[in-house]
Amino acid sequence: MAFNIYDFTTFTQSIDKALYEWLPPFWALVVEMTIIGLVFLIFYAVVGLFLVYAERKVCAFMQNRVGPNRVGPYGVFQTIADFIKLLMKELVYIKNSDKLLFNIAPFIVIIASFMAIAAIPFAKGLHAIDFDIGIMYVVAVTSLGVVGVLLAGWSSNNKYSLIGAMRSGAQIISYELSVGLSLLTIIVLAGTMQFSQIVEMQSTGWFIFKGHIPAFIAFVIFLIASTAETNRGPFDLAEAESELTAGFHTEYSGIKFAFFFLAEYMNMFIVASIAATVFLGGWMPFHIYGWEGFNHIMDFIPPFVWYAGKTAFIIWMMMWFKWTFPRLRIDQLLTLEWKYLLPINLVNILIMALIVLMGWHF
Amino acid sequence: MTSNQFMFLLFSAVIVIFSILTVTSRRILRAATFLLFVLVATAGLYFLLKYNYLAAIQLALYAGGIVVLIIFSILLTSHINERLPTSGLMKKLPAALIAILGAALCISVILQYNFIGAVGTTEPTNVKLIGESLINYGKYGYALPFEVISVLLLAAMIGAIILAKKRKD
Repeated sequence: MAFNIYDFTTFTQSIDKALYEWLPPFWALVVEMTIIGLVFLIFYAVVGLFLVYAERKVCAFMQNRVGPNRVGPYGVFQTIADFIKLLMKELVYIKNSDKLLFNIAPFIVIIASFMAIAAIPFAKGLHAIDFDIGIMYVVAVTSLGVVGVLLAGWSSNNKYSLIGAMRSGAQIISYELSVGLSLLTIIVLAGTMQFSQIVEMQSTGWFIFKGHIPAFIAFVIFLIASTAETNRGPFDLAEAESELTAGFHTEYSGIKFAFFFLAEYMNMFIVASIAATVFLGGWMPFHIYGWEGFNHIMDFIPPFVWYAGKTAFIIWMMMWFKWTFPRLRIDQLLTLEWKYLLPINLVNILIMALIVLMGWHF
Repeated sequence: MTSNQFMFLLFSAVIVIFSILTVTSRRILRAATFLLFVLVATAGLYFLLKYNYLAAIQLALYAGGIVVLIIFSILLTSHINERLPTSGLMKKLPAALIAILGAALCISVILQYNFIGAVGTTEPTNVKLIGESLINYGKYGYALPFEVISVLLLAAMIGAIILAKKRKD
């Protein structure tokens, strides 16, 4: 089995071939899907736990504190301890709630983010499925998550939850537009929606540099809008601990609450991956056109290190936002989207189309 | 049984079961949620046909857009203990009759149609082609539907603004 740290294509294909040789096609497919599902499940849990830890540490440093430092060195096992605590907590039974919807809601939220993760390229040849509509698929499945949030808020039969859900719904529906349009700007430049091709095209320079100013504007808008879409601060008025006691997930406890919590962090991870892939070249090393020696040195760093580094950088930026800006009011939130981001975005797409038509990009 | 047949049966079962649940549920938000499952399973069928673009449109527009809109309006208007009243026999009979007639018509048309097995291969989605057919007013062009829908949506938007506007008196 050929294992190459720079190109996983042969590795994944040899597993695929071996499975199909051992088993009939139907069972080979089942086994393959089970393996991928298990890998993602473990990945999901590990990344989720790490992000919660990272958030607490970043928050602490921003506020001049130390953060978790008791459980293990630098408190790295703190989130694992928290996770065990959450697993053992009682699932509080709510009278007068719609039990079916109340129980389904966390699953809808988590399935939506789980589906999105399938299309993300982690390294060369290392992604579950390479759709020809990659970007559109991710935008489509992440938009399902809001249904879970709305159902959770309504079925709890609690006015704070309902207000939180309404805010969250209005926010996600509005900001989805900006996320879609800013990605569309890059689709205009790339001419394709397939992630593998988009990454391949950035071998001569990342899109944020190739697309000049419009690509940069699209990147900034994507960061703002996706922070809002994942319900994170300063756009976290759907949860707003101090006003709504936690918004749509007030009534949830134990592992069901953990689902919402985990989904929030995984959504952050997904949008950061998308931003890294679409604007910063994904697993593609940093290349400068014409500098052969420099490009060659950059190629020695494995692709998934590039990918992880870029994603971590964007996640860190999103955490920086959260702990820097105060929470927006609902009217400010909608004004920002409909009066500023959306018009800027529409003009931006036109400028990008002009640049592509005139061939000004390189 | 191949994996394609298995997935087809699975999606069909989900569509049939949840369609029935959608119209028989007495809680309106549950009905909307079941409708969501039906629409997602339909998107699954499109993925099975390798019609990825339509599948993504189905997910984004119907599941992520229209169902969210329906749920949103239910959230504003419906109380959690509300149950839809069951209709009487005088309403059920004509409804059943119309449903059976409609189903019979559809099934007879489908059975009469001479289906040919798939020929050729599916082509990957071409973004340029989609963009060009949206502004093409010639054959296979979608310029007119696109413009008509735009005008319709604009009218709906103006209507919504007028309705929501504060009156001066």
